Amino acid sequence: MLIITCPWCGARPEVEFRYGGEAHIARPADPSALTDQEWADFLYNRTNPKGLHAERWRHIHGCGRYFNALRDTVSDFFVTTYKAGEPRPDIDASSGGNP
Amino acid sequence: MTNRFRTASGGRIDRAAPLSFRFDGQTYSGFAGDTLASALIANGVHLIGRSFKYHRPRGFLSAGSDEPNALVNVARDAARAAPNLRATQVELHEGLKAQSQNRWPSLSFDAGAVNDLASPFLPSGFYYKTFMWPAGAWKRFYEPKIRAMAGLGVAPELPDPDRYTQNHAHCDVLVVGAGPAGLAAALAAAESGAKVILCDEQAELGGSLLSEISATIEGQKATDWLAATLANLAGRDNVTLLPRTTAFGYFPHNLIALAERVTDHLATPGTALPRERLWQVRAREVVIAAGALERPLVFPDNDRPGVLLADSARTYANRYGAKVGERAVIFTACDAGYRAALDLKAAGVTISAIADLRAEVSGELPARALAAGIDVRPSTVLVGAKGRLRVSSAQLAKVKNGAVGPTETIACDSVLMSGGFTPSVHLFSQSRGKLVWDGAAGAYLPGTSVERERSAGACRGVHGLQRVLEDGYAQGEAAAKASRDHASPARGATPAPATPSRAFAANAEDLGSAGFIGATPHGRNPALAKAFVDWQNDVTSKDILLATREGMRSIEHVKRYTTTGMATDQGKTSNMNTLGIVSEALDTPVPKIGLTTFRPPFTPTTFGIFAGAARGDVFDPLRKTAIHDWAAEHGAAFEDVGNWKRAHYFPRAGEGGRMEDMHAAVARECKAVRASVGMFDASTLGKIEIVGPDAAEFMNRMYTNAWAKLEPGRLRYGVMLREDGFVMDDGVVGRMAADRFHVTTTTGGAPRVLAHMEDYLQTEWPDLDVWLTSTTEQWSVIAVQGPKAREVIAPLIEGIDLSKEAFPHMCVREGTILGVPTRLFSVSFTGELGFEINVPSTYGRAVWEAVYAAGERFGITPYGTETMHVLRAEKGYIIVGQETDGTATPDDANLGWAVGKAKKDFVGKRSLARDAMSAPDRRQLVGLKTTDPKVVLEEGAQIVADPSAPVPVPMLGFVTSSYHSAVLGRSIALAMVKGGRARIGQKLMVPMPTHAIEVEVVEPVFYDPKGERLNG
Ligand SMILES: [Zn+2]
Repeated sequence: MLIITCPWCGARPEVEFRYGGEAHIARPADPSALTDQEWADFLYNRTNPKGLHAERWRHIHGCGRYFNALRDTVSDFFVTTYKAGEPRPDIDASSGGNP
Repeated sequence: MTNRFRTASGGRIDRAAPLSFRFDGQTYSGFAGDTLASALIANGVHLIGRSFKYHRPRGFLSAGSDEPNALVNVARDAARAAPNLRATQVELHEGLKAQSQNRWPSLSFDAGAVNDLASPFLPSGFYYKTFMWPAGAWKRFYEPKIRAMAGLGVAPELPDPDRYTQNHAHCDVLVVGAGPAGLAAALAAAESGAKVILCDEQAELGGSLLSEISATIEGQKATDWLAATLANLAGRDNVTLLPRTTAFGYFPHNLIALAERVTDHLATPGTALPRERLWQVRAREVVIAAGALERPLVFPDNDRPGVLLADSARTYANRYGAKVGERAVIFTACDAGYRAALDLKAAGVTISAIADLRAEVSGELPARALAAGIDVRPSTVLVGAKGRLRVSSAQLAKVKNGAVGPTETIACDSVLMSGGFTPSVHLFSQSRGKLVWDGAAGAYLPGTSVERERSAGACRGVHGLQRVLEDGYAQGEAAAKASRDHASPARGATPAPATPSRAFAANAEDLGSAGFIGATPHGRNPALAKAFVDWQNDVTSKDILLATREGMRSIEHVKRYTTTGMATDQGKTSNMNTLGIVSEALDTPVPKIGLTTFRPPFTPTTFGIFAGAARGDVFDPLRKTAIHDWAAEHGAAFEDVGNWKRAHYFPRAGEGGRMEDMHAAVARECKAVRASVGMFDASTLGKIEIVGPDAAEFMNRMYTNAWAKLEPGRLRYGVMLREDGFVMDDGVVGRMAADRFHVTTTTGGAPRVLAHMEDYLQTEWPDLDVWLTSTTEQWSVIAVQGPKAREVIAPLIEGIDLSKEAFPHMCVREGTILGVPTRLFSVSFTGELGFEINVPSTYGRAVWEAVYAAGERFGITPYGTETMHVLRAEKGYIIVGQETDGTATPDDANLGWAVGKAKKDFVGKRSLARDAMSAPDRRQLVGLKTTDPKVVLEEGAQIVADPSAPVPVPMLGFVTSSYHSAVLGRSIALAMVKGGRARIGQKLMVPMPTHAIEVEVVEPVFYDPKGERLNG
């Protein structure tokens, strides 16, 4: 079981958290201005990278907050977590990830 | 019975503590400290089971957890019966009762053995080839027969009366395995002050040292050093010693699962202790000191009872004082055979010959064997063994350049074999570490780590007692240091071989890393010789070769095709020999063939330990409303809705005292609501209090409806969409004040809706000043429905004008009921005049009882969820999740009126603008009336235009709700039908297995279509 570090509460076991999909996909300010294809991209198309993935997690059985994490999809290990609204940290895959 | 095969003295058994036990109904004796296996061997019993597929007689192969054959059922009573226990791990206690398995009618005569004669027809892959025809025969015939014939143990049918507990533990260094490497590692870590847990699957800590009779450490006998070291460790506050504890799973971030067997070894376990304890250990650092497993040699008839691994025979003699026989022939590819020969000879076993696969036989151990007068034969193989229920002779032959010479038969009652040792890399591999083939060691060894762990001793190919101790000590020191430094090693680092800060003086035989993998040559007709690779799954070298001939190249394919390594022992004794055979057959080096993945559990683990306390009433949380007990006292039948228990219906005693069935009860309840008044516990509805200056704006964005103009004191039916435009939830919402909404959700949807709202509030619109609070548990909700509803509640309410004019349909008022503050809704899910009384849950039952008493003069009828469903279906009110399935738009579900067309945006709005979302052939909510009013359709049934149309018959939709309506005196149904609204008036068909049912498509409102009854 992974240990996930909530930016508000600290390190907690994985079972306290719920996954929330890819991070940094902002809802368009005016959806009606988007073409169907643009709207479909927003709704469905995700990067699904091999390597570092910025994703949303919610500390549902803790503080209840959504936050973001960088996780290596190869090793399944978290590189870092950060508060919602903060920019994606400038980290590359080789610089961390060990438990 | 006497222990005929017991040595005169020695071993770690307590000869002053004799024990009596039963095996297959016969009484035997053993000693405290015996395993079931060692005690049976001391009694001369080797026949212990029948093999899985061919039902061949089988004996003990090993002395440890790698044992593939000796699976027994140990039962204290009918409920406490554990199948498939390895007799080599079952500790003897007074009165122990064990049964062999997989035989009928008896172990020595087994009807299933006919499979052995039929073996030419049961080749590898026979599952895939033989049982495919005719269609359906697998389920009806082959599978039950094969299961009955093959199945391993039988699980008890009674509930398990034992307790299982689950512990969480944290430590600096977890050491897995208490052999010399693990002991030294634990010592080193403990001396540096680290918090250490040392676990071992055996009853006694010590590993291979427990079988030593001549080795010395630091000038002491190895067993004395062991005792002193364990005393040292046990005396430290920072060390936890866990014998009988298997590290069975290595999970991410150094979470190691340990299974501790607490009471199985006790004659009278009592009730104070759990049977087993699951330890979930989160370790900063892990030292894996899992040792090595001896490999069998693959030669014909190597599965006869009495054919054992050589080092296991040595363990039986040295540790348990049990001789595996009187005359042994040894077949070896390494010095382990000689070490066993010398120790067994010292124990009084005649060693008839040592056949050594190697041409060059040199070194200390062979020299000592020769000096002891043992007949040592280099370049010699065993090509067969005789003896059906116990080996009686071995056939030896010289091998020269691969050619097998004439055979010589030597009488014996046991054959001991050794193909060398395989490092136990199971846990390392489970940790996702990369294994690396080491050509010199002839083994896969731990390579690059993923987790914070290191291996020590034999499990990483280190051999020789002194070097193993020093390696263990070095890894223990390094682990303790790493746990202190909390240093994160660069990812993918291979831990450097550490140098210990202290040396160990040890004197013991070093077996080196010599050995053999594959099948040894035998020169016999390959079609008739059975040389076993995997004992438990009955896989022979011939089967592996067949798989390669049929095109299998990857070891993963060979494994699945032949089932080798797929039994409960996961191929502990067989995997490497399989690789060797495939490697030779394909003329491909071993590392190119790959290695199958090791998965948890290391050894079979009980379900009980996983379940722990989560069984029976505490398996899952149970949610009950404040009114639950009243309903139970009034005879309600309950149904599960999520974790809730909800009153389903309230059966009453009918004529002649017979209780109503559901149909009768629901018919009565429905009529009562329509004719007079009924009451319903709606407390399970999800409730969310939405408060803040931006509450109305937030509601506007989350729901399809327009909220800005909704006045305080009004209710509105709200529809929530997902961003993809499909209906997610619905519920009645009350505006309590300009900045406060009382939102209700479906019973099952409450957590999902709150999470959905939180998601948008926290991540999309953090600027909105709104607070969301779940209030589901805070309110009891009592629905009072029917023409008499107002008259029932009127005398109880204070501070609210209940008149039609002051309090029309779809309003909310605050006041008191019996002095209890209430939010009173004028709302209906039945189509009748109705109220929902929200009161704090602590008053729920009292208010319910008061309403019930006040309604008595109107014959107020409590009703359950079934009646609620029928009443709402009569009105065409949908239930999200029943009429909708996640692909329905509001318009599909007849809720287009609830969408605020003028709103610029709300969640899901953009998706509704896609063309496909308004296509005329979308499935739309309609009503169905069967031509025969007595026929009630099946929910989920498909709807077609013409059931006799060519297959595939175009499907138009399906029935979503279907009931008998007592009030209407006929069946009614709701359905989602393609272009349904345009089909109103048409006849369609609902095909069933035997016939098709004719239905008419109608408007989905069956009762009071104008809604005149709502206002009473
Ligand atoms: Zn938190």
